[in-house]
Amino acid sequence: MSSMLHDAKRIWVPTVTMGILLVTWEFVVRVGLIPNFLLPSPTQVVSAFIEDFPLLVGHAAATLGEAALGLVLGVLIGFVVAVLMDRFEPVGLALNPLVTISQTVPPVAIAPLLVLWFGYGILPKVLLVALTTFFPVTVSLFGGFQSVDRDLVDLMRTMRATEVQIFWHVKLPAAAEEFFSGLRISATYAIVGAVIAEWLGGFSGLGVYMTRVRKSFGYDRMFACIALISACSLGLMRLVDLAEYMCLPWRRAERK
Amino acid sequence: MSDSDGAQMRAVPALEAKGLGLSWDEGAHMVAEGIDLHVGSGEVVCLVGRSGCGKTTILHALAGLTRPVEGHVLLNGVDVTGTPGQVSYMLQKDLLLRNLRIVDNASLPLVLSGMPRKEARARASALFAQFGLEGTQELWPSQLSGGMKQRAAFLRTYLMGNDVVLLDEPFSALDAITRYELRTWYVRMAAELGIASLVITHDVDEAVSLASRVMVLAGSPSEGRPSRLVGEVLVDRMQDAVDFSVTHAYVDAKREIMMLLG
Repeated sequence: MSSMLHDAKRIWVPTVTMGILLVTWEFVVRVGLIPNFLLPSPTQVVSAFIEDFPLLVGHAAATLGEAALGLVLGVLIGFVVAVLMDRFEPVGLALNPLVTISQTVPPVAIAPLLVLWFGYGILPKVLLVALTTFFPVTVSLFGGFQSVDRDLVDLMRTMRATEVQIFWHVKLPAAAEEFFSGLRISATYAIVGAVIAEWLGGFSGLGVYMTRVRKSFGYDRMFACIALISACSLGLMRLVDLAEYMCLPWRRAERK
Repeated sequence: MSDSDGAQMRAVPALEAKGLGLSWDEGAHMVAEGIDLHVGSGEVVCLVGRSGCGKTTILHALAGLTRPVEGHVLLNGVDVTGTPGQVSYMLQKDLLLRNLRIVDNASLPLVLSGMPRKEARARASALFAQFGLEGTQELWPSQLSGGMKQRAAFLRTYLMGNDVVLLDEPFSALDAITRYELRTWYVRMAAELGIASLVITHDVDEAVSLASRVMVLAGSPSEGRPSRLVGEVLVDRMQDAVDFSVTHAYVDAKREIMMLLG
């Protein structure tokens, strides 16, 4: 009973907080504490969203497509790199700093270069997303592989398991949980990465839409677009959660 | 192994170590020297020693995971020095894979050797009752108690198909009552299945309550004194004694071992 009350609390407390914030925002703009040409009110943002909905859906589809392609590519690269780093110690030592350095380069800084090299098409967007998403995947998978109990590997060897069998039966499942935490972070990076790449040139996508409405001072539509980007990121994260739920059935038993 | 080997098996011990010398650094510093031991079918032998005297190193060498710098490991008379996969191996940690159901954990050795999953599950499942695991087939390891997990680990060990099992402090992580139950259970199962067991432990009580023969290992490799076997104590265990641990035989064996340990 008390846990049910607690669960209800977990829903209504953030909901009420959100409601208060929105009402305050609406109030501040309506009263004129902040000039309306600088900040649209929530109701204006909603009506802009409804008005531009067909347009937004088209652009969102483009962005989601780039993000998904880039994410798949990033995960594939991350997987291969993590496996090589784990299997061959020198590779791990050699690549560890490079992987970390690649993360210190801000995506906003590389995006113009990618556009310069690969044009205004989909390729620079997918590459930027892949570049920003492979890191969390690599790090989480590599960490997961390395966390495997030595005794477990020894035990597998006494069962005459081959390297491939040890990888498949022990290392991969052990890394699966950490992989999904990494993937959840990557999923949010994916949308942001795609939008940044679109800012710098392109024909469709939420980043392109944002640049256009900003130039025409359509701040209400800009806010609508930001809300949609957040929604897309949240949706992608939920998808990752769902995939984790499906792929790791033993976790459900452990949580009980 | 065919039935005609049966007579010979009694003469040749299931597991035998001859003059084993072990080192952590390729012979520069010896951990243990002159280790001679033998375990027969259905027999439970214990190797007792203080922490850090190199017990686990000896176990790894017997399991073929490491190569000794001196001596040989023989299995039913055949030299298997440095070859893993010839003897089974069980640790204090149950080492069940948490992503596999109990029946899949138990049947893992069969699957690894190429048996189809369905067949392997059926073979393992048929043994669940005998191992006191009835009804746990489809559960995850996290849903089992410590004692049940060790039973499942022992079933997996048994399904490795070797007649020699090495155990490293197998029951020391369990609570006192479960530990007591499982020791009794293990001795019975090992005899029933005809398994030769070598248990390695620092716990004198564990040694006396499991083994019919206890070998005492003493030395301090970290101080430059390699461990050696300093004595052997026969435990006169009364079969089916309800409480062997309060008998004179038990206490006498325990006292003798403690004196040898120094």
